[in-house]
Amino acid sequence: MDLIRLKNVEKKYKNGVTAIYDLNLAIEKGSFVFVIGGSGSGKSTLIKMLYREEKPTKGQVVVGGLDVAKLKNKKVYKLRRKLGIVFQDYRLLPKLTVYENVAFALECIGEKKDIIRIKVLKALEDVGLKNKVHEYPNNLSGGEQQRVAIARAIVNDPKLLLCDEPTGNLDPEKSMEIMKVLESINKQRGTTIIMATHDKEIVNKMKKQVITLKDGHLVKFKQKGTYAE
Amino acid sequence: MKPFRMLGRSIRDAVKSVIRNFSLSLASISCISITLIIVAVAIMASYNVQNFTREIEKDMTIVVFLDNQIEQDEIHEVEEQIKSISNVGEYTFQSRQEVKQKMQEESEIFSTVLENWEDEDSPLKDTFQVKVKNIEKIKDTAEKIQAIEKVSVVRYGEGMVDKMVTAFASIKKVTYGIVVALILVTIFLIVNTIKLTISARKREIEIMRLVGASNITIKLPFIIEGMILGVFGSVVPILITIYGYFAFYRHFDGYLYSRLIQLIEPEPFIYNVSLIVIAIGIVVGMIGSASAVKRYLKV
Repeated sequence: MDLIRLKNVEKKYKNGVTAIYDLNLAIEKGSFVFVIGGSGSGKSTLIKMLYREEKPTKGQVVVGGLDVAKLKNKKVYKLRRKLGIVFQDYRLLPKLTVYENVAFALECIGEKKDIIRIKVLKALEDVGLKNKVHEYPNNLSGGEQQRVAIARAIVNDPKLLLCDEPTGNLDPEKSMEIMKVLESINKQRGTTIIMATHDKEIVNKMKKQVITLKDGHLVKFKQKGTYAE
Repeated sequence: MKPFRMLGRSIRDAVKSVIRNFSLSLASISCISITLIIVAVAIMASYNVQNFTREIEKDMTIVVFLDNQIEQDEIHEVEEQIKSISNVGEYTFQSRQEVKQKMQEESEIFSTVLENWEDEDSPLKDTFQVKVKNIEKIKDTAEKIQAIEKVSVVRYGEGMVDKMVTAFASIKKVTYGIVVALILVTIFLIVNTIKLTISARKREIEIMRLVGASNITIKLPFIIEGMILGVFGSVVPILITIYGYFAFYRHFDGYLYSRLIQLIEPEPFIYNVSLIVIAIGIVVGMIGSASAVKRYLKV
């Protein structure tokens, strides 16, 4: 079954700019998909619609059986518990340690302490940071901070991991480390990953599915695609 | 249990936040205190005004003097007519013999003077003492009674009563107005205080939303923080209420200026007022913080 389905989706912002025109998409469970395109192509808008920071103006967005457009503000948490999100700027809490940052995601949804401990340590092991549990984010490198953010995103075993330019602030070497982490999450946990990026090298090396957007239109949806202008 | 775990977490966060933003919390606690002091004074004043207005109203009677040469069945007729006026409450009848007896009991001089008068030449009159249901219409009722045949004079302490009634009515309105205005100001202050503590935790809220915390989970710590500010803010006003009113009551011996204006007994009055004050503090704190946190839940 498809985890994500978009039907005739259009997104028009209040300032009159249309970011997405008539988009139809279906993404299968367990897939690894890149969303590529230049600035203003609508890739960020697409990601934002998937976790309902933005609502589509027309059409239907269904994520894991939930109709995102119809989701009330009060019920958004139901969607967010099914997915993890990673941003370009990590968004960690500086006053909390690595462990506490990851545990925070579970404490917020009222998980038990001993379960939190097991899940957090597992997630940190998956991203290769088990030896930095008690460090503060500011003492870590950018790549490490992003890995903490990934651990926080996957700690609740989501079906879907959304990444909005996760390597945007990192050098090529660190970026590849992140990609390896994401690939192993995709393989070992079976998590569906959707990643918006404009890093050609990564897309070409990984050989995954690629959605190409241009000026709000879907140009191509290819299996094992590359970044072609 | 999950709800208890979340509640515990919220209380912990709220206490932490109050301590972390200590100077700010102190500022808003003092603002709440000042407002609640004035609110408490206003409440006590308005209750007292209400109380002695009621007391005075209870004592207010229209005295109806009947004609000297009135027959027994005519008295009965007048009684029927008075009864038929809608604003008339309880009433009692005193015959001239009863009046005479009462006056004789009151003083010896009256006793000897009145002794010589027979019923026929007595200057004393038969009277009705009438209580009204609505004090504001006392003038109207008195006029209606005056119009009845065989009624000679009607007395109710005209000018003084009228003025007092209108004065009390306006005092009541003004105190209510002040209390409402002060509560609004307090809510405004708390909204601003909580807004500042929230903006310090904006990122935290944002992340909570992203990882799937429900709105109530996010709100709860701030609502509890507002309640804590409200509770601390009402401590001083409550102390002032309790000790202040006791001292006030003792100093004036229980009444103001004349026996007419009785103060309310301190117990249990001050405890009720304290409860009202702390309830206002808590509710106002909750409302303030809930409305402050609302706008951060749109992401």
